[in-house]
Amino acid sequence: MSILTDQIAIGPATHSYESARSLIRSPVAIAAITFLGVVTLVCISAPVTAPYDPLHQDLERVLSSPTAHNLLGTDTLGRDVLSRLFYGGRRSLLSVLEGVVVVVALGVPMGLAAGYAGGWVDRGLNKFAETIMAVPALIIVLVVLAVLPQNEDAAMISFGLLGIPAILRVVRSATLRVREDLYVAAARISGLSHLQIVKRHIFPRVWGPVIVQASLFAAYALLFETGIAYLGLTADPSTPTWGGMVAEASTVIQRQAWLLVPSGTVIASTILAFGLLGDALRDAVVRGEGGSINRVPRSVVTARDRDADTAEPMNGRSGLVLRARNLSVSTMRSGAEIPIVDGVSFDVYAGETLGIIGESGCGKSVTALAVLRSLPQGLRAIAGRVYWQGDDLLSMTERSFDGLRGSSLAYVSQEPQSSLDPTFTVGNQLVELIRHHQRVSRRKARSSAIALLRQVELQNPDQVARAYAHELSGGMAQRVAIAFALAGRPKLLIADEPTTALDVTVQAEILGLLRRLQRETGMALILITHNWGVIADICDRAVVMYAGQIVEKSGIQEMFDRPLHPYTLGLLNSHPSLAEPGSRLSSIPGNVPSPGSWAPGCRFAPRCRFVAEECVKTPIPLIDIGPGHASRCVRVDQIFAKASA
Amino acid sequence: MSSTTPLLIAERLCVRYRRGGRIINALDGVTFEIQSGETVGLVGESGSGKSTAAKAILGLAPVHAGSILFDGKDITHLSFKERRETYRQVQIVFQDPYSSLNPSRTIGDTLSEPLEAFGERDHKRKRDRVYEMLDRVHLPSTAVDRYPWQFSGGQRQRIAIARALMPSPRLVILDEAVSSLDLSIQAQVLNLLQELQVTSALSYLFISHDLGVVRHVCDRVVVLYRGRVMESGPALSVSGRDSAHPYTYTLNEAVPVPNPNAQRARRAAVGVPLTSLPDDTTKIRDQQCIFAPRCHWNQPQCWRERPLLRPAYPNGLVACHRYPEWRSEIARPEPHDAIADNGAQVIRN
Amino acid sequence: MFVPESPALLRIVGNRLLLSVPLLLVVSTLTFLLEALIPGDVARTIVGPQGTQEQYLQLKHSLGLDQPLLTRYQQWLESVVRGDFGTSLFNHEPVAVLLSGRLSVTLSLVVGSTLVAAIVGLLIGIAGALRSDIAGTAVDALSMFGLAIPNFFLGLILIALFAVAIPLFPATGYVPFDESPLDWARSLVLPVALATPGIAVVAKQTRDSMRVILERPFIRTLRAAGVPRRSIIFKHALRSAAAPVVTVLGLIFVASLGGTVVVESVFAMPGLGGLAVQATTQHDLPLIQGVAVYFTALVVVVNLLIDLAYGWLDPGVRIE
Repeated sequence: MSILTDQIAIGPATHSYESARSLIRSPVAIAAITFLGVVTLVCISAPVTAPYDPLHQDLERVLSSPTAHNLLGTDTLGRDVLSRLFYGGRRSLLSVLEGVVVVVALGVPMGLAAGYAGGWVDRGLNKFAETIMAVPALIIVLVVLAVLPQNEDAAMISFGLLGIPAILRVVRSATLRVREDLYVAAARISGLSHLQIVKRHIFPRVWGPVIVQASLFAAYALLFETGIAYLGLTADPSTPTWGGMVAEASTVIQRQAWLLVPSGTVIASTILAFGLLGDALRDAVVRGEGGSINRVPRSVVTARDRDADTAEPMNGRSGLVLRARNLSVSTMRSGAEIPIVDGVSFDVYAGETLGIIGESGCGKSVTALAVLRSLPQGLRAIAGRVYWQGDDLLSMTERSFDGLRGSSLAYVSQEPQSSLDPTFTVGNQLVELIRHHQRVSRRKARSSAIALLRQVELQNPDQVARAYAHELSGGMAQRVAIAFALAGRPKLLIADEPTTALDVTVQAEILGLLRRLQRETGMALILITHNWGVIADICDRAVVMYAGQIVEKSGIQEMFDRPLHPYTLGLLNSHPSLAEPGSRLSSIPGNVPSPGSWAPGCRFAPRCRFVAEECVKTPIPLIDIGPGHASRCVRVDQIFAKASA
Repeated sequence: MSSTTPLLIAERLCVRYRRGGRIINALDGVTFEIQSGETVGLVGESGSGKSTAAKAILGLAPVHAGSILFDGKDITHLSFKERRETYRQVQIVFQDPYSSLNPSRTIGDTLSEPLEAFGERDHKRKRDRVYEMLDRVHLPSTAVDRYPWQFSGGQRQRIAIARALMPSPRLVILDEAVSSLDLSIQAQVLNLLQELQVTSALSYLFISHDLGVVRHVCDRVVVLYRGRVMESGPALSVSGRDSAHPYTYTLNEAVPVPNPNAQRARRAAVGVPLTSLPDDTTKIRDQQCIFAPRCHWNQPQCWRERPLLRPAYPNGLVACHRYPEWRSEIARPEPHDAIADNGAQVIRN
Repeated sequence: MFVPESPALLRIVGNRLLLSVPLLLVVSTLTFLLEALIPGDVARTIVGPQGTQEQYLQLKHSLGLDQPLLTRYQQWLESVVRGDFGTSLFNHEPVAVLLSGRLSVTLSLVVGSTLVAAIVGLLIGIAGALRSDIAGTAVDALSMFGLAIPNFFLGLILIALFAVAIPLFPATGYVPFDESPLDWARSLVLPVALATPGIAVVAKQTRDSMRVILERPFIRTLRAAGVPRRSIIFKHALRSAAAPVVTVLGLIFVASLGGTVVVESVFAMPGLGGLAVQATTQHDLPLIQGVAVYFTALVVVVNLLIDLAYGWLDPGVRIE
């Protein structure tokens, strides 16, 4: 139970129907609900269900163990434990109800107001919540009990009031998250009033976490109630309360240890049931939107090797830096293996730039991460080899590969500010890195860091070194990230959409920087992008990816002048810069297929205007067409006949 | 251009925000207009204020000075009730197709919402209109009972467009509406927008950072830089070799064309360096050209006096003291043809 | 090395200090007013149904309850500032003396529990973040059960097992540190063992936070650049993951503080908690008010420390 943190997962949606359904499927939830239901029923109807009067003393049977006469034994005055449990439960459950009602009735509207209205309302409510949270609840309730002795209702209502901040925060952050979603703004512009928006759009996404919190709060309320009953503050000793029964048992531990068991177990079980219910509810809420709950699929390592030529040598062609053969990456979803990257092969040479271009979901980023052995949880390279200086990167030990990180292979990613540690200054991170790659003193590393920052064309390296990542503009942060990547003097830099998040003027500078660095250091560059202008600007060769495969490979000018795959052709034709202004753009019909729903034959066939029978039956291999030019299209000769310059 | 009353006029619009004790002029004296049936592009990089302009028109940003007139009526400061009427006429499509639709409501519900908000109660009429709109954005009528997660990004954007069209607006603001879409999908959606413009007699304010798309889609373009208008004019002029403002020129030069040889040649001909300055720290005085710190051709006057928009080429306005002189100082043999016309052609030099 | 330019840390500390004073004031005031706000007559309660009207009026006068609220508040505030919390109705001793005498007991307990939860929890949490799911589910299960068992019940079980059945530790009582450090430690073992649920909570939070952080882009960048694994986990990831853990520790401290009321009763320890219970049952208003203010002050101090820790850990934090 993590009520102590107000981090509730709010996924993209909460389908109440879906949530309820998945709740019913969870055995834990069922057990908890059943248990709570039974307890509630039994205790509420205590006058009917209890075998004895809870106050009836039987001094002949004092402190007895369970017998047929008293199923759970008797206490110090011979009263039946079972009956006292039932009656005690009535009081406890009523108290829990009081607490929960107060907390929800007041906390939810406050949270909604704070989250939705913002501004001073939010600030005021926050201060209010902070103030209340600064006081330990128990003490305040003790003050209340000092003035209103043995008034359990007052105590529980006070406890509820003191619990408001927690639920206020949860509701507030849930509301904030929803409010940030664009569809709330859209609803406003559709003409809805604030109240309608809250009712229609905000509240449905918020009640899920509320129910979770209410359940968890019930657990705490019961914990609290039994605690003050244990201390004897809420009732005289003869009145049956769960906590009081534990207190009574503690006085006779040595005589009859059993007496501790019934009351303690009932309390713990009920609290546990509330807590488990809360957790199950939280999972159901998250699952109701098809989200995953930190439940990471087990990684797959299969022995299957699609690549027959395991012993392909690194041939003597000079400058070959990296050779990928049949690289395949998969993930597991609902027990089935879903391929993300499928049999990708390419070579990279020193001093050149290879572009990997494709639209979203084609697998280009995953390919890069596989080469770097940096795949996220749940994805696993299941086949293929990536040769570096004769060794296969994928099968070497972690230690060996660590030696290559940064010093042979380097990486630059898309979002510059989030690719650096936000808790250290940029300079300190750079120094740490330099000292790792070259065993030098701090002072030397410091000046190397400054030199590196200058090398990436930063005007005030000292100032930048003292800054944190989030204080830098996008362009500066990306330069820093590049400096980072260069610290180990790598031979290959893999850049994944390095300019996508940057302004176009900054993009031009960064691309210029990369070109210059390549000339200076001779390093190879793999550039991953979806932008045709960018690969035209900087790449020497390029591969086009679609649905996990390479569909075309070519020298750069050739790819633009003479694309030899219908997909490449379609993309270039739909580029606005290459069309007549104002004209209707040529477009590829349909959508990119998601992994797992790829067609058996040519994966582009469903959208291809040249599709024929031979395209759909069997998987299409990558066919060499000309020097350095390959295409995964069986109809290449027919479609692109006589198209040569 | 016709001399009829423009559908929308923004006049010397100023929007201010307070951030961390400083005042930021998100928009500073922005003036532009949109004629009926026209597509006007609002172009700029981050911090230019283009999204703020959209918010100001919709009443979602505090307008500090200036005015916005829609169809002759001043809509700058309105109460929500009054503004509701405007929402019938002015709508918006956002950039993010994933968060602009409520994930727990069906498409049918989402599309009926504007109708309900404006008082339509009749179920059948609502339903018919929803079907009609789905048809017009080329989505199947079965979409009505489905949820957003069952659709791709491009399809969701179509739904967002359909929603925007429900109240039958006259002006639709497209705030980076195709920027998150893949190239092939972008083309589909642009075609759709074009088609709808004709069939529904719409005007568009097309906000984007992508000059290639803007050039293709817009009739006129307004170029913003840090909250001020640098240049405005016909799309082909602004995005071509006739661009009047150094910033526009720099932007055009920075966009890489999809043709390696052409791109290489462009780079070989002397490019203009942009002095790189982190935007946040430069303190801009009111009375100076806001682009001066990064302008290759700046002169003392640029630092003393703020340039006002003045006529440049036919139907074009520029805010630059040094136009047209700065153009003669570009260190290159002669402007090349290819880029202005068709980037795919090889340069003939 | 590269010292950051922005004096954000100083600003945060200053801010919090400035906020603490009014906060303390407000809370103390609330505590005072609570008695006035709650329907119920304290004097009547103390005197009881058997008391005479004369006794009632006398008590009311001696408590100062017959004076207007504002005057009472003023006087109370003045005396609190001077450190005078009034006199206990029962013991007739100055409240302040009673409180300070017991502070060390409660502090030993609470600080001990929190430290144990922090250190052990962190280690288990980090281990859990790096290993597979088994450790994770174990931590989750422990957390679940640990939090469900009421502390008084668990305490009694511990006594039954480790003090009665196997006499390892004293069942009750407290030995001051200066008397005998060893016995002091021994008397604390069982009560501090009640921190076990806290360990589980910290472990779970640490593990969750670490796992989230380890999937962040900057970790990938650091790794790709060659930063060694140990450094990534203990230097970079931990620092980013620490903030929520610190929050949880603060909450655990506050919870322990409240919990001492019960724990001290179970183990018969002469701390503030026991005093509070005693004051409640005896309707000793000045005493219970004093305890409330003390507890609040402790919480304020802890919150201040947490904010300091935040500011040091994550410079990107912007205080709203």
